[in-house]
Amino acid sequence: MMSLEFLIASAIGVLTAGGVYLALRGRTFQVVLGLTLLSYAVNLFLFAIGRLVVDRPPLFAKGVTDHADPLPQALVLTAIVITFGMTALVVVLSLRSFLESGSDQVDGIADGRDEGDAA
Amino acid sequence: MTALDHLVIAPIVIPTIVAPLALLAMRRRRRVGVALSLAGCVAMLGAALALFGVAQDDAIRAYPLGGWPAPFGIVLVIDRLTAIMLVLAAALALVVMVHAVVTAMDRKGWHFHPLFHFQLLGLNGAFLTGDLFNLFVFFEVLLIASYGLMLHGQGAARLKAGVGYVIVNIVGSALFLIALGLLYGLTGTLNMADLARRVAALGMADQGLVRIAGLLLLTVFALKAAVVPLHLWLPRTYTATAPVVAALFAIMTKVGVYAMIRTVPLIFGAGAGAAAWVPAPWLMPAAVLTAIVGFAGVLAARGMREQAAFGLLGSTGTLLLAVACWTEATTAAALFYLVHATLAGAALFLMADVTQRRRGPYADAAVAGPRFAGQQAAGLLFLAAAIAAVGLPPLSGFVGKLFILQAVAGTPYWWILWATVLGTTLIGVIGFARSGSAIYWKADGADPVAGPVRSRADFAAPLALVALLGVLTLGGGWATAQAQAAAAQLFAPHRYSLAVLGPAR
Repeated sequence: MMSLEFLIASAIGVLTAGGVYLALRGRTFQVVLGLTLLSYAVNLFLFAIGRLVVDRPPLFAKGVTDHADPLPQALVLTAIVITFGMTALVVVLSLRSFLESGSDQVDGIADGRDEGDAA
Repeated sequence: MTALDHLVIAPIVIPTIVAPLALLAMRRRRRVGVALSLAGCVAMLGAALALFGVAQDDAIRAYPLGGWPAPFGIVLVIDRLTAIMLVLAAALALVVMVHAVVTAMDRKGWHFHPLFHFQLLGLNGAFLTGDLFNLFVFFEVLLIASYGLMLHGQGAARLKAGVGYVIVNIVGSALFLIALGLLYGLTGTLNMADLARRVAALGMADQGLVRIAGLLLLTVFALKAAVVPLHLWLPRTYTATAPVVAALFAIMTKVGVYAMIRTVPLIFGAGAGAAAWVPAPWLMPAAVLTAIVGFAGVLAARGMREQAAFGLLGSTGTLLLAVACWTEATTAAALFYLVHATLAGAALFLMADVTQRRRGPYADAAVAGPRFAGQQAAGLLFLAAAIAAVGLPPLSGFVGKLFILQAVAGTPYWWILWATVLGTTLIGVIGFARSGSAIYWKADGADPVAGPVRSRADFAAPLALVALLGVLTLGGGWATAQAQAAAAQLFAPHRYSLAVLGPAR
């Protein structure tokens, strides 16, 4: 039987692998997608560091003695907000870079096909 | 609590107030905004100096935010190291701000002043905080502001370099979060003092994971400090951005070094079991390579800005050579050199700015061009800044390098370190002599540049930095004593834990 831990761990692993692969690509759109996948993986990881528990409230509920760790949830909220802002920034930045230089390569150098257009 | 106790938070509160006020004022009355911004820098320097005075009694003070007790709430901690970094950041910020206003660089875009203060907010917060997650948040604050500042003035080259800079730092932030997650999963805390106690008490089964967490954390700090092989973002970014912004960024790489000096002796120090001094075997060769790559870049650079960027890289390498020995004496030497290297690096960037404003189409390229106004004075100032940056007598770079050589003399691989420091100094001297003589001595016989710049007001800021370096040299004994006292505090981590958490339970 597949445990919850195995599912979460493999999901984080697959997201990270996809994120790293895409982040190493040459075009900004793919890199942005890669960074997004990577940040999903990190957020899931942060969420899971409080250990995976079922049916436990994070803060308070009447008659419940066992609680889930609320801190990772607060951390992941902060991380999500920051990553969201960063992703928005990098999208705008790559768009501006594309409009100014006519190339969507991360290093700003047009590839062979676009060379005529960029010049 | 008295007013003096609340002074600890002033370096964070002042930019938090000044930045939005400057943003509001800039739209209607530019002068009011600039005056506010300058006043904010002065106030910050005052607060930093006051805190420096407070820290002189050798006590470590914790300031619980919102009155929440330490492991649960976030604390700010002021000790000697933090006080030194705050004074350094505030002094550099004031000089750079004056230069930006004098050269009208701040008018190239709308938001220079607010971004500048948000950058200082991030810097000061990173120096003050006693909580690792809070350190991450302040790192993000200073990075977001730096993205804006880096693009200040715009231009295609700046945007291209900016995309790379932002992507590298986002990946760095992801690694930072993974390291924090591992540490929290292992210990259940992110308060640095609490971490120090709990890492030391970890069981055998967790030793491998805590080593991984420590190394990941140090990788992130090494990325911020631009240590080879994680340095490739720095020369491109710092060359593409406006020199006055790059001068402020001289302290950004030092934030990475600061974070290493803060966390390693405290959390991964002698008491940390298998994770004790975990980065040491990796950091040392990386530091040697950084020094060599940096000064080789100084020799090969095509322009003054590129040269200053590589000089910054080389100085970080030299600095980390001392840091990576992880002894009290070498850390003291590193702290002295850190202050010096920040000021000297910024002086080089400001000189590049002063020169390129006068040379017209030749800008900062290291080739012989026509004569230009203020050539002699600029040449002399560049000479002083270059002497400081490579570490020749009489300026403080020499004192700093001597201090480092002396401190590492007792370590097992001292001859590698000596060879690196002395060899890179020679390469640096040749590199700066080459560009300096091409720009300030040789002339290609063309008509003098009828540059728009006649006023010499922009000499003030680099001159002030060189004067500060002179003060650091003349007051070398006092500065050395300060660095040694700060290092002594760092290598007594139980005092930090005691100040933040109280006696061990």
